[in-house]
Amino acid sequence: MIRVQREDFDVGFEIENLTRGKTTIGGIVTFVGTVRDGGGADAIKSMTLEHYPGMTEDELTAIEAEANKRWKLDASLIVHRHGKLLPGERIVLVVTAASHRAAAFAANEFLVDWLKTKAPFWKQEETPQGARWVEAQDSDDLAAKRWAKG
Amino acid sequence: MRLLYFAWLKTKIGKTEETLDPPAGITTPAALVDWLKTRGPAFADALKDRRTLRVAVNRHHVGWDFALKPGDEVALFPPVTGG
Repeated sequence: MIRVQREDFDVGFEIENLTRGKTTIGGIVTFVGTVRDGGGADAIKSMTLEHYPGMTEDELTAIEAEANKRWKLDASLIVHRHGKLLPGERIVLVVTAASHRAAAFAANEFLVDWLKTKAPFWKQEETPQGARWVEAQDSDDLAAKRWAKG
Repeated sequence: MRLLYFAWLKTKIGKTEETLDPPAGITTPAALVDWLKTRGPAFADALKDRRTLRVAVNRHHVGWDFALKPGDEVALFPPVTGG
């Protein structure tokens, strides 16, 4: 299941809602990405996430399908926010549930790595010096490439 | 053809989208970008280094040599930074 929304999400509610009644589940892994301000004099005041409506949903659906192909998951969920967010606010939620923890951990990391390099979101930070677009990190590309199939 | 621009590309070009008919012979995103660069200084500046850009056609990531068709939705944007 995937969702793209402006509103915040309740982590406990989402986990409960996703896994209720699924008694084959033995482990649930949750990743929550939040807005960091970076600290110091350059600390950001807010962050605005722009996205490509339509393509975002398609990409997240495809990424989730790929994870479910690679690992035996009993449930999975991606919730990604857009719009203006303040430091400390939640940006993204990725939940993976499986019979055994290894699949849940691996699939969760895979989903986060892939969505960071494939889902069409762009972050703009509002700083004391003005607004700036966040640049893609080589480390994110490398993290995503770890999952390439030989 | 519907063209969409995102993030700093949108800021530099000054619009989020436009509909246009590129001349015959523009059959790939690479050729499209080269042609767009001739449409004025804002385009020339925003599109000057293709290595800083990515392209999607009909909402799928594609390479610069992808075969374009009339009516395609082509989006140009910097590498994504979500998550």
